[in-house]
Amino acid sequence: MQQKNNNNKVRWFWISVLGSVFLRLILLYFSKNLSLSSRPEVSTPLTSLRRLAEGYWLKQSSMSPYAGSMYHGSPLLLTLLGPLTVTRIEGQPDHLLCSFVFVIADVVCALLIRAAGETLRTSYSSSLKQLGLHHLSKNSECLPSGDFAALVYLWNPFTVVACVGLSTSAIENVMIVLSLYGACKRLAPLAAFGWVMATHLSLYPAILLIPVILLFGYGPDAPPRKLFLQRKTFEVGNSSSSDNNHLEKEVKNQPSMLNVFSWKPVLHFLFWTLLWSSYVLVLCGIYLQQHGGLQELFKRTYGFILTIPDLSPNIGVLWYFFAEVFDFFRNFFLIVFHGNILLMTVPLALRLNHRPCFLAFVYIVISSILKSYPSVGDSALYLGLLGLFAYELKDMQFSFFLISGYVGVSLLSPVMHNLWIWRGTGNANFYFATAITYACFQIILVVESVSAMLNHDRMLKKLSTAKQVKT
Amino acid sequence: MALSPKATLPISLLLLLLLHLPILFSTTVSGGEEEFSEELLLKPLPDRKLLTHFHFQSEAPITHDGSFATHHHLFPKAISQLVRKFHIKAMELSFTQGRWNYERWGGFDPISSSNAKPPGVELWAIFNVPPHQVDAYWKNLTHALSGLFCASINFLESSTSYSAPKWAFQSALGSLRYGTLPREAVCTENLTPWLKLLPCRDKAGLSALMDRPSIYRSFYHSQRLHLTSSSAGGDVLNSRIILEQTLTVVLQPNIPRAGMNYVSETNIQPSWSLSSIFGRKLNGRCVLAKSSTVYLQLERGLVTQLENLQKDTAVFSANDTGSGDFRRNVGFELSVNPSKVHTEMEKSYSILFEYPIKEYKDSEQFDLGLTWKHPLVWSSPHAPLYASRFLTGSGNERGAIAISLKSTESTQGFVATNNEERCKLQVDILQIVPWYIKVYYHTLQIFVDEKPQAVKDFVERMRVSPSEDKVSPGMMELVLKFPCETKSAVLNIDFDKGFLHIDEYPPDANQGFDIPSAIISFPEFHAGLRFSDNATSESPLLSKLQEKSHVLSYSEVLLVPLTTPDFSMPYNVITITCTVFALYFGSLLNVLRRRVGEEERLLKNKDANKGLLYLALTKLSAKLRGRSSESAQPLSPSSSSSSSKSSISPKLVLKVLLVAGIAVAWQYYSQ
Repeated sequence: MQQKNNNNKVRWFWISVLGSVFLRLILLYFSKNLSLSSRPEVSTPLTSLRRLAEGYWLKQSSMSPYAGSMYHGSPLLLTLLGPLTVTRIEGQPDHLLCSFVFVIADVVCALLIRAAGETLRTSYSSSLKQLGLHHLSKNSECLPSGDFAALVYLWNPFTVVACVGLSTSAIENVMIVLSLYGACKRLAPLAAFGWVMATHLSLYPAILLIPVILLFGYGPDAPPRKLFLQRKTFEVGNSSSSDNNHLEKEVKNQPSMLNVFSWKPVLHFLFWTLLWSSYVLVLCGIYLQQHGGLQELFKRTYGFILTIPDLSPNIGVLWYFFAEVFDFFRNFFLIVFHGNILLMTVPLALRLNHRPCFLAFVYIVISSILKSYPSVGDSALYLGLLGLFAYELKDMQFSFFLISGYVGVSLLSPVMHNLWIWRGTGNANFYFATAITYACFQIILVVESVSAMLNHDRMLKKLSTAKQVKT
Repeated sequence: MALSPKATLPISLLLLLLLHLPILFSTTVSGGEEEFSEELLLKPLPDRKLLTHFHFQSEAPITHDGSFATHHHLFPKAISQLVRKFHIKAMELSFTQGRWNYERWGGFDPISSSNAKPPGVELWAIFNVPPHQVDAYWKNLTHALSGLFCASINFLESSTSYSAPKWAFQSALGSLRYGTLPREAVCTENLTPWLKLLPCRDKAGLSALMDRPSIYRSFYHSQRLHLTSSSAGGDVLNSRIILEQTLTVVLQPNIPRAGMNYVSETNIQPSWSLSSIFGRKLNGRCVLAKSSTVYLQLERGLVTQLENLQKDTAVFSANDTGSGDFRRNVGFELSVNPSKVHTEMEKSYSILFEYPIKEYKDSEQFDLGLTWKHPLVWSSPHAPLYASRFLTGSGNERGAIAISLKSTESTQGFVATNNEERCKLQVDILQIVPWYIKVYYHTLQIFVDEKPQAVKDFVERMRVSPSEDKVSPGMMELVLKFPCETKSAVLNIDFDKGFLHIDEYPPDANQGFDIPSAIISFPEFHAGLRFSDNATSESPLLSKLQEKSHVLSYSEVLLVPLTTPDFSMPYNVITITCTVFALYFGSLLNVLRRRVGEEERLLKNKDANKGLLYLALTKLSAKLRGRSSESAQPLSPSSSSSSSKSSISPKLVLKVLLVAGIAVAWQYYSQ
């Protein structure tokens, strides 16, 4: 009976995956009319395919692809996608070949999310069993979070728009998910490749090093380790004491029990990271040999991301901020905003070290809020990953408010953009207002999800101690 | 102490002598002659307008001995210093107001090729220095010129406003710099310093005609300064500077109201005289000038029309006057008889009447006038392709620049003469765009005869130097070859509009930004008149007219509106954004910091909050015993922060002590 049910579920999953692919293909065929690829929500200076084509053209006419502040992406992306921007199938729209890459990237990303979710779920239910909270794990099995997350990612309008708009953020997302997947499966080379490529493509995934290392050190998400220790002491010592503090004292006396952090896979991962990054750097160095080499690469990609010289509007807030701020304070605020991302990494890592995947999700949200050139592709990724924690976050507050906020902003923002840029009746503040609202909603999302996750842990603790008391 | 006037006189004389000594010395050493000549060319234009073209040429030998103290009799010292200081090989500066109408005023004659300039200021210079120093010299030159001509040429100093084209002008091996300021307003304050360079200024000679109101009322005026320093084969002694100053004005002669019936007044060209267009008559020549001449040119088209008219009238009245005479009698009448008539060698030829200027008495001033007798319609010779440029697209996000080339009657003439199998028409295009117009060079499309064609088939060579944000403008040089039978060609290239920082917008941000004119040249075509007699080479203007120069035309200046941010918002934007991020930081930290059962403990604590001393004591003991102690649990740091408002906690004391210590240390070290 359950087998059949499972089969049914799997079939439904594949049908909806195919459905989403068809939707993309249909939209891609008519994408000339939609002209999504020039929307500011989709194509930022970093992700625009048009700029990539320009970079490829410059390279082909034996100039540096970075000449002329047009292209700011990786040279590897240029070799991969560049030829596709020129070649075309006879009689078809000229971007069709290139867009297949993005559709495939989206599907691969969804499948990786699904596989990672599967791993997370099995490990999580086993750890719940260890705690003796079988009923909870049964609950979570009803909701296959991997499938759910994959479908959320595939059917999310943001993902569809980013794919149809030919934004290279789809490839960045694949690399980020690849590193998380590799870390969940404990495949050090894969995880290292994903992390190195993601960092190479868009710099911000660099902070994912912490969750990936935690994943390798501690294994996938689990309830707080303290609970296991309590459980263990409870089982071993058969102590009837319900006093928490007494238990804690015992814990203190057994520091070796707390440090289950395994260094070997982490070192393995770091070794592979070193290998892959040197490989990528050597490749880039060869590609840019005649055009200034790696120094030029870092200046034009990372330098461009960090100094925000392009002030064209996007869904973030920093473009308007740096268009308005006095030049005197520019460097200060650049440091403040980028420091803000780094500042929160340590407290979050300390508090959520038992849930590295969720930590990675939080980092991705934070970086997509404070990113210099955010696009909907980034939001698509974290909204997909949010599906992985659907069970843990089911008690999240303001979820309805958040969903309506996202819908509202994504409807209002194009309207305001149209009023400002195309009609000239609105002004920049209208568009900026939607951008700041969007930032607020993202902030609420990250704060509430962290809070819900911590509450969930508290609930687990309560339940597990209650169980101990009972027995 | 004061010297008596008697005593000062010999001293001053001595001084004067001393001052003049080096001058005499230098002039004797350099040997070469300084020359100055002034000329004026008048030419009726087909659309009832008149072209007046002043041409002043000064020539001087140049010594490269490094001293700046050389004296010139006629040549402006400022210019010779400029040439020596910045090692200028050639330079051209033009101030222009209005646009040369290539369709009506022609684009295939020497005047339009070399004197029709883009609106605003255009400056190019070739330096005689190593390539890495060129930029530095250019920057200094712009400042010097800006001071010299009372114009904001110094804006060309910034690397975003000039570029180094390779093909559009003569090959200068990278030492050429080119920049334009399309927005520069040109007025009399630019003309006065320009006139100051002339030996007679505007006090005598042809320049006395320059009546400011009539010049600035004109349809087009372009004031140009062209500088060449020619060193013959590295011979330092023989090198000379040639300074060519031209003022080209297109005027509408005043139509006399009386004496004409309505019909003839509408058809006939307006008659004019020097006094009617400038309000002044010519008193005499500038005595320092080697030659002072006024020319009146009749275009080829006009001469052909006159001949036709002559034939018609010859049929009616069979009076046979001399062929040199009828031209002045049938179609029009001149108030002064020319001393010389130059005619061209060609089948269809143009005529040049020459009037040497001498000293005139007040009663008989020189006032050349032309009265038309019959209505005549003709057209000026056009460039092989008529070029125009426009913007496409709406909105403030992106757009496209289109350059359209349309064939004219001279292309057909070219086809007729070149009856080879594959006749090709070469067109060079130089397009410079400012950095905030972000051009996608890969989107270049070519439509030939309204059909899209592959770019490679027509682009012979292409050189692109893409714009860099806030550093350099984008430049595109194209060498195109079209088949001669091409009717029209359109080049289209897409761009994105940039967004600037609020400080980078000019005061009138909503007016838009200018894209400088594109330069379209036809290197296979030469605009030059060919006169029969060799004596004309004496006159600089005539030799200029006979020079084989490329046919060159400038396109329109484009005005691109860019979106503006709200200029009044910086404080609001900064505060709102910072508030949002503070909100993020604070609330996230708050969530992370919160402990399990904190609220309950807080409540418990409130009940226990009775004796402050007891509280402090327990806290102290808890501190001493260590944090893990059981009894200290209800007094966790978070709860103590709320309870310690009224109590003097040891933590607070410690903090105060720490601050005081730091303050003392600071005081100690600062002393």
